[in-house]
Amino acid sequence: MNGPGSLYVAIATRAFRRYSTYTGATVAGIFTNSVFGVISSFVLIAVWRANPDAGGYDTTDVVTYVWLGQAMIMTIALWGGGAPADLAARIKSGDVALDFYRPVGILGWYLAADVGRSAFHLLSRGLVPTLVGGLLFDLRYPSGPWVWMAFAASLPLALLVSFAIRFLLAMTAFWILDDQGATLLASAAAVFFSGLTVPLVLFPGWFGDLVRVLPWASYLQVPADVWLGQRSGWSAVAGLGLQAGWAAILLGACALLLRVAERRVVVQGG
Amino acid sequence: MSLIEVRDLRRTFRVRRRDDVVAVHDVSFDIEPGEMVGYIGPNGAGKSTTIKMLTGILVPTSGHLRVAGVDPSKRRTALASRIGVVFGQRTTLWWDLPLRDSFELLQKIYRIPPARYRQNLDRFLELLDLGDLLDTPVRQLSLGQRMRGDITAALLHDPEILYLDEPTIGLDVVSKGRLREFLRALNAERATTLLLTTHDLQDIEALCDRVMVIDHGSLVFDGALTQLQARGGSSRTLVVDLVDERPAIEVPGAVTVRVDGPRQWLTFPADASAAPIVSAVAAGYDVADLSIQEPDIEDVIRELYAGR
Ligand SMILES: Nc1ncnc2c1ncn2[C@@H]1O[C@H](COP(=O)(O)OP(=O)(O)O)[C@@H](O)[C@H]1O
Ligand SMILES: [Mg+2]
Repeated sequence: MNGPGSLYVAIATRAFRRYSTYTGATVAGIFTNSVFGVISSFVLIAVWRANPDAGGYDTTDVVTYVWLGQAMIMTIALWGGGAPADLAARIKSGDVALDFYRPVGILGWYLAADVGRSAFHLLSRGLVPTLVGGLLFDLRYPSGPWVWMAFAASLPLALLVSFAIRFLLAMTAFWILDDQGATLLASAAAVFFSGLTVPLVLFPGWFGDLVRVLPWASYLQVPADVWLGQRSGWSAVAGLGLQAGWAAILLGACALLLRVAERRVVVQGG
Repeated sequence: MSLIEVRDLRRTFRVRRRDDVVAVHDVSFDIEPGEMVGYIGPNGAGKSTTIKMLTGILVPTSGHLRVAGVDPSKRRTALASRIGVVFGQRTTLWWDLPLRDSFELLQKIYRIPPARYRQNLDRFLELLDLGDLLDTPVRQLSLGQRMRGDITAALLHDPEILYLDEPTIGLDVVSKGRLREFLRALNAERATTLLLTTHDLQDIEALCDRVMVIDHGSLVFDGALTQLQARGGSSRTLVVDLVDERPAIEVPGAVTVRVDGPRQWLTFPADASAAPIVSAVAAGYDVADLSIQEPDIEDVIRELYAGR
């Protein structure tokens, strides 16, 4: 194995293994996701008892949505972190100069690492809480092989969009010394605009229309609607198209900004 | 054509609201294959800036630069397979991964043939005594162990040239000694060309036949180590321990520069023989002990900086 793809597979495998060594954090995280899932489920069941069919969801839909949300948090590193956080640290320490010097693309490198991380978190922090939710509550599952396939496409697209946003944020460290404010803001935006706190289907009017096409809608709302069958047929295709469009635009922006950053390091000396 | 060709190399940095800093000021030198060259100078002299330009991660402001026939900043990734770099305060190793994983990823990055990779890894692990640490995550390694890991990482792809920027900084005496031994063996076995920056003159004395001294961006000396010692060191010192305290010794051919209790220091020209001075002292005084101090290279270099 010495082909061009095997490097990225090797990077992803190492990242998977690295996260798999943090056993304590994984167990604690699964517990937290499960507890939050139970609490949110009861809160939203009460809300839906008062307003049945809000946003076109029934009670089963909204409880399923809650557990999908818990599963997505770490799978796509919704709040932030993951491989781009390693890049931010290397920018701050100056070690990034050595990354530029290596004969391998930085964007592909960190993407492969984040894919490996995501795969581990999908199997641990994604799957296990979903099983817990399935035992405790009545959940809705994809209604057939097409829905499963559409969801299987939606999930990596969600990761790509989230990765690109986190990567862009990490790159601000080339220009801004203290990125705590930006990190906090990005985290808050992701939590709200992904629909993690309140499903985006509940927002009415132009605001609802807007938030449902912003990049963060790719994080949870689109995959959840595909899973629930709220988006089927062309609507599912449109959802995947929205995700793919944002992924392409944002990854393009990453590549462009990386070139600017590289010029800055190489020409201006960091 | 030399392996490394540097002509009037200059690099300035724009510092906010101040004048440009000239970090490297019209430096010229050549390095031939298999040389081990020491590059010394005080903090901020321009050593790291020079190394960065040689590796291609920094573009020169002006001047001519060729490494293995190519312009490093224009062909950075092509050159990367032919050179190795170690920055003492930076690491290429992956912090949360075992040392082994970093090495395996480097094998893929540089497409090192598996047989060659294993051969190199075995040799470096043995020479650097790293075998037991392969499965340790990098963040748990001591500074010396990490540095040995970084050096292995820089060498797995058989580079012709190895740049080391302050490789011994922060290391204890044992680690320093082991590292020097390794670099000597590397150069002897593979004729790897070494350019090594350091503050530590012992690194230079142990490894390098040739020294370049840089100060405030300018090369103030480039030549053999022995030449450097001879140059500034125009005098040697005879240290005399007398049986009793005495006024300053007076003998022909030497000057007493210091008296401290029964001990006295006499200097004499470095190219003069010590024998007549020693006999004159021994004949005229009751001597308990005698020793001769060669010119100290540190003093020589301090003189170079001062006389700039
Ligand atoms: N990126 C940079 N921006 C501005 N000034 C720099 C930069 N890098 C180095 N310098 C300045 O250039 C000079 C030489 O630095 P350096 O090459 O790191 O010295 P050395 O490695 O010999 O200690 C110093 O005055 C340093 O402050
Ligand atoms: Mg330096």
